Amino acid sequence: MKNKHLQLPLSEKEVRDLRVGDTVLLTGKILTARDMAQRWMFEERPDILRKDLLEGALYHCGPIMLFRDGKWFCSSAGPTSSTRQEPYQAEIIKEYGIRCVIGKGGMGERTAQAMRDHGSVYLHAVGGAAVLYANTVRSVESVLKLEDFGMPEAIWTLTVVDFPAVVSMDAHGNSLHREIEDKSRELLRSLLLQNK
Amino acid sequence: MMIKLHAPDFVHTCTELIRQAACDLPEDILSSIRSAQRDEAPGSIAFDTIGSILDNIERARTQQRPVCQDTGMPCFSVDMPYGASMQTIREQINEAVVLATRDGYLRPNAVDPVTGKNSGNNLGIDIPVIHFREWKKNTMRVACMLKGGGSENVSAQYSLPEPALQAGRDLEGVSACVLDAVWKAQGKGCSPGIIGVGIGGDRITGMQKAKDQLFRLMKDENPDPVLSDLERTLYEKINRMGIGPMGLGGNTTVLGVKIGSAHRHPACYFVSIAYMCWACRRSVMEFEAEI
Repeated sequence: MKNKHLQLPLSEKEVRDLRVGDTVLLTGKILTARDMAQRWMFEERPDILRKDLLEGALYHCGPIMLFRDGKWFCSSAGPTSSTRQEPYQAEIIKEYGIRCVIGKGGMGERTAQAMRDHGSVYLHAVGGAAVLYANTVRSVESVLKLEDFGMPEAIWTLTVVDFPAVVSMDAHGNSLHREIEDKSRELLRSLLLQNK
Repeated sequence: MMIKLHAPDFVHTCTELIRQAACDLPEDILSSIRSAQRDEAPGSIAFDTIGSILDNIERARTQQRPVCQDTGMPCFSVDMPYGASMQTIREQINEAVVLATRDGYLRPNAVDPVTGKNSGNNLGIDIPVIHFREWKKNTMRVACMLKGGGSENVSAQYSLPEPALQAGRDLEGVSACVLDAVWKAQGKGCSPGIIGVGIGGDRITGMQKAKDQLFRLMKDENPDPVLSDLERTLYEKINRMGIGPMGLGGNTTVLGVKIGSAHRHPACYFVSIAYMCWACRRSVMEFEAEI
């Protein structure tokens, strides 16, 4: 499979050229944001994030960070389940002009619609492959809300090089998650009937 | 090896147990994942996903970093000889958890649900989770399990009958619940997973029975032939659903199914399903203890 190299920030055209099943290597600044951070962004729309998120990337991740020799070091940083962010994601994509959301497990129809409307994709990372992704982090730029939200839920700005991912929801309304869910639902039904 | 329960060497033993669970995935799990990759077509998303998983396991081991950043709610199971003090053991385990968090083997995961504050050191109300059992041996065995929040979120408990699944109060009904739970989980529990099932019990002991199954080795044969057969058929059926590694499609949705049972109340028939991600992090040590 051929990897597409993507350099953040991304233009709408670059994102619309991507299709479900494409594998990419992402380089640039990404911001971690999960539960508490997403809610904060949804409710308060903090301006401090606008510069990095415009045409940028948001990562559903709660990393293990270590403070060594006066600076932060990213030890382990795989994706967390994206589905919990469904209530906030569509609005946040629109508000900040986000081009890619990285996570695991996929997202729902509201997010899929927002991705189609605004030119954005969902990049799937392998859950649990945390050292693999931490090894793509070249530097930890900053952290926001560490005291309030704690280490996993703070907003960490990371510079990554060649972060690998698969496009599983594209900017044309396709979703690999929806496809697998529909197919497996049919198979579940027939297994339940055989079970009788 | 004689370990004094009141001394730093017990704290050290527990810290080591946590490090091992967090960074070194057990051999039996590793070999199951390797053989799962052989069932996928080279070049497919499923094949490459398992490739990343294997690559990551190796990186975690050589760099001594947590396999997954979500080290879960630290959970310990202690088998202890008559006369050992639960209070003493708890204090030492708590200390080991604080040290392992400081050293980056555990992510601080204890959040107060009322204030929203993360305690920062993995100590809090009922965390770490410790289960004690007294046994007849004069040795002590401490087992550690780290299970992430994603897999915990897709774990489930059913009460039979379950009309929506046409599931009755029998083993066919149990199968229907397990299939349904795994389908609902899709890739969200980080498949290929390991499914622990507890049949019967009450709402607490049933789920405990399900979680206890996750300590069993992959090769472990169920001593009950009926349950052993059910484990095998469920494993095959689940893998026919095509959910695949991380829910992106493929032949391996689960690495194994492990089932235990507990007597139930005449009115109750619970089916408890503990979903464990592929990163089934467990470690165990048995030693002579000076109590």
